[in-house]
Amino acid sequence: MKALEVRNVSYRYPIGKSTVLEDISLTVDRGDFVAVIGRNGSGKTTLCNILRGFIPGFHKGKFQGEVFVEGRNIDEMSMGEIAIKIGFVFQNPFIQVSGVKKTVFNEVAYGLENLGIERDEIIPRVTSILEELKISELADKHPIDLSGGQRQRIALASVLVMDPDILIIDEPTSQLDPQGTEKVFEIIRLLKEKNKTIILVEHKMDLISEYANRVILLDDKRIIFDDKTENVLTNEAVPNHGVNLPQIAKVGLAYEKRTGKKLKRIPTTIDNAVSVFKELLQEEASDGRN
Amino acid sequence: MEGIKISNVSFSYENGFLAVDDVSLQIDSGENIAIVGQNGAGKTTFVKMFNGLLRPQQGTILVDGENTSDQTVAQLSKKVGYVFQNPGDQIFNRTVFDEIAYTLRYRKLPESEVEEKVMDAAELCGVTDDLKLNPYDLPFSLRKFVTIASVIAMGAKYIILDEPTAGQDLVGLERQRSIILELLKRGKTVVTITHDMEFVAENFERVVVMTDKKIIADDTCSEIFWNFEILEKSAIKQLPVSILAGRLGLNKKIVHIDQLIDCLERG
Repeated sequence: MKALEVRNVSYRYPIGKSTVLEDISLTVDRGDFVAVIGRNGSGKTTLCNILRGFIPGFHKGKFQGEVFVEGRNIDEMSMGEIAIKIGFVFQNPFIQVSGVKKTVFNEVAYGLENLGIERDEIIPRVTSILEELKISELADKHPIDLSGGQRQRIALASVLVMDPDILIIDEPTSQLDPQGTEKVFEIIRLLKEKNKTIILVEHKMDLISEYANRVILLDDKRIIFDDKTENVLTNEAVPNHGVNLPQIAKVGLAYEKRTGKKLKRIPTTIDNAVSVFKELLQEEASDGRN
Repeated sequence: MEGIKISNVSFSYENGFLAVDDVSLQIDSGENIAIVGQNGAGKTTFVKMFNGLLRPQQGTILVDGENTSDQTVAQLSKKVGYVFQNPGDQIFNRTVFDEIAYTLRYRKLPESEVEEKVMDAAELCGVTDDLKLNPYDLPFSLRKFVTIASVIAMGAKYIILDEPTAGQDLVGLERQRSIILELLKRGKTVVTITHDMEFVAENFERVVVMTDKKIIADDTCSEIFWNFEILEKSAIKQLPVSILAGRLGLNKKIVHIDQLIDCLERG
């Protein structure tokens, strides 16, 4: 089943001189974990805003094309309906945190409260999400007193607590240390296991290669690549679009270049690489003996 | 005498939270140092004491032999420039040019000199095309370069970059690298806080690891990334290339792709 579909979308911001996205089409199936990559300014966040209906709903500007959420034209859905279907984690955690709640607990509960859910149901849901994200100890703190990394997790918690089927997550780890980053990816992996659909904007290719099953690369207003993770993240053209390859893929490509030998495949994950290189070392060892 | 000498400094915030606990570090003039460690380890608090933005309750900091406690932030900022983690904490002017020029004008430098310094810093940071724009109309990644340019323009000898790699794409990372190299070439000393371990392995010889308010290691990349006790304590993951080398049983402290391929080639 299609979770999201974008048909021939073009968009230009009201004050911007040039088009940000031009004639983009894509389909995201239910349960997909899609990473959206691209240089800064390539339209990743704009694409997220379009998928969530903030464009053209909230931001004005010149919009063309159609967006469908689970087969329904987004134009025919109210903001409330979209909000229940699609959870959106903003890139800047300072935007997401409402500023009206005095504790993290109430901040995370805000969305549920807004839906008119009773306090008895809100409390266990918020408690369990805080536990899942390992931020229970922040429950009584004032959101203002949090670090960038903590705010990022609160922002994620306040979206996850709503339990939407589709999640759009814009650079959730930019302020996090490696461990915090890994935790966020683990949580996203759990969401995928629950058959949630995930659209993730990220720069951390090592983690994308380990977790996402599909990658969309944006540049120059268009989709440059849209394919399985292992096909995109082994493509030597990717760095020309301002995006790093995962370190493991760089190892494979550099190995081929230096030695002139061809690997079975360019690995993108550590497990792949171990098997590719182990095999190679064994072959060479046995060639050496013969 | 030259360099920053930090001896047994501790710092607690007003609410009593101890953020840095009895830390010492010697930074020599011309060095290029990375500080790594978990969120909340005390890295930002630690470096904010170098230019007096925060004052240690215990211990001393000498910059080129002079005790920072005898100097105002304004005096110290001539020697030590700090680039905030969050550009929003730093930016307040209406155009990128005015933002970079602010301190220079405050110091009453002639406008021709201001312009020269602004242009130099803007070029180094890749924001020359954006000088007339409002900094807040720029994306986060470029705003960060505006703040770096402002600090470079001030001409400080010691430059502290607080998470310059956060949210940067490949182009941004390469620009960061070239900024650091150019600053070193100009005889500056650079201290960089970052979570990007690949960036650390590619650009720094000396790495300082902070965990839970203290420095727990101060060593080369290959020593740090192969010290499992330190990695565990500081929750730093080994680099993918190092994990791969380990799992292939290569008996070297590999932290670079080239080192791994050298090893593989020799069989």
